[in-house]
Amino acid sequence: MRIHLAGVFVDDQQKALRFYTETLGFQLKHNIPLGEYAWITVVSPEDPEGTEFLLEPDAHPAVRPFVQALVEDGIPSTSFAVDDVQAEYERLQAKGVQFVQPPTDLGPVITAILDDTCGNLIQIQEEKPQP
Amino acid sequence: MDVYRAIADPTRRAILDELVDRSGQSLFEICARLTMKHGINSSRQAITQHLGVLEAAGLIRTRREGRSKLHWFQGDPLKAIAERWPIATDERDM
Repeated sequence: MRIHLAGVFVDDQQKALRFYTETLGFQLKHNIPLGEYAWITVVSPEDPEGTEFLLEPDAHPAVRPFVQALVEDGIPSTSFAVDDVQAEYERLQAKGVQFVQPPTDLGPVITAILDDTCGNLIQIQEEKPQP
Repeated sequence: MDVYRAIADPTRRAILDELVDRSGQSLFEICARLTMKHGINSSRQAITQHLGVLEAAGLIRTRREGRSKLHWFQGDPLKAIAERWPIATDERDM
């Protein structure tokens, strides 16, 4: 068994597609119209055949209160791996991305948390080489 | 809640250490720092209770920033300790 799909709920799929591609740098994989909404997935340019990331509409009434409660306590909806958190922090800040937690050294990992503008907090994480 | 009881607990002292390191942290960040840097694996609910004790003692304050609730260290109540048992100047040189 493999994980082929993960994702977040977003308040606006087209805005989310722009943020996850133009700002974060993922690539569009699928954009299949389904009436009011669409099946939109993105992939990492470093692994275009890898796990797809679904930008799922937050239309279900349970979603917004759930995500809002996570955000209130600063809990990210998901986490992305990067090689250099500090470099990503500087690159994304220059593009206007808001960080709620700057790069923080937590021992085995360095993390930072950003706002995806579509309702979610997203963690980026760099694993430090183990001695 | 008096300040003495609030700082009697090692987890609460670790929370204050981390808030001094960076002010304005969410519950998630506080829990992550306690787990990763101090090996404290208490539940979020337990940490929320500790934060409540610290807030009642005036040692932290909370404010909503954007959509998140953040926590700040506030050292004022600790002044009362130094004022109650002041360190004499000559004592310092001993």
